[in-house]
Amino acid sequence: MKKRDIILVAAVLILAGGIWLITRVFFNDSGGQLRITVDNEIYGTYDLKQDQEIQIGTTNTCEIKGGKVTMIQADCPDHICMHSAAIDKDGGTIVCMPNRVFLEIVGQEDGGVDTIAQ
Amino acid sequence: MKNKIAFLGLFAALAIILGYVESLLPVFIGIPGIKLGLTNLVIVFILYLYSWKEALLISVVRILAIGFLFGNLYSILFSLAGGVLSLFVMYFMRKIPGFSVLGVSVAGGVTHNIGQLFVAAFVVTNFKLMYYLPVLLVSGVVTGLLIGMVSGEIWKHVGAYIRKNNREKL
Repeated sequence: MKKRDIILVAAVLILAGGIWLITRVFFNDSGGQLRITVDNEIYGTYDLKQDQEIQIGTTNTCEIKGGKVTMIQADCPDHICMHSAAIDKDGGTIVCMPNRVFLEIVGQEDGGVDTIAQ
Repeated sequence: MKNKIAFLGLFAALAIILGYVESLLPVFIGIPGIKLGLTNLVIVFILYLYSWKEALLISVVRILAIGFLFGNLYSILFSLAGGVLSLFVMYFMRKIPGFSVLGVSVAGGVTHNIGQLFVAAFVVTNFKLMYYLPVLLVSGVVTGLLIGMVSGEIWKHVGAYIRKNNREKL
């Protein structure tokens, strides 16, 4: 192994580390947004990074905390939505059927491998 | 001339077999897209024995044969982009003094991955695939080093033998 070989290997590794850092710092938290749909109409879109409580009409309240979304209050009889697992930037939905409230994650990164990549 | 055609046929067959062997291996260390690049052994060898023209010929024959046998249209496209790009980079690396076969092979491995990634990003029109670039760069270095070591040894021994016995016929 000659000196220039070592320089080449080091340069490529540094480049890889640099790109990795850049994507980490600048792009990785472009995670996703919470879209709330009520009665088939979009009620609002919220950033997952911002912790907040969202009052949905008069019937439901959901909460974004630490990038996770949960339904914390609903006036429906069964409360299935409140017992649904929290959804985060990897996607998922929480549905409150009686009030026709639909929480979903949009703009998330594609997880997994598609058929083209095999 | 006759010897050359025979040699090239032999090397094309060898490249196809190596491609088949590689397709039998499970996805390397669990990350899709990372391959050992066994066929690059042959390509590096041809590049040193003949020139880029012969290496390109073997590379294209190999990619088409492997693609039709085991792959699909996309795998052919990916392989062509990676193979042709890496071949020309290796050719120029060889021209630059100061690089051994290791450096040439590493450059080939890395640019092979880059070429494939760009075609993949173009095909799925999703440039988020560039997240993948660091992984592929590192894997290109590692597999390039491995392939470079082996092809360096092959070149030293088999290459010397071929050149000694076929000096005027090559």
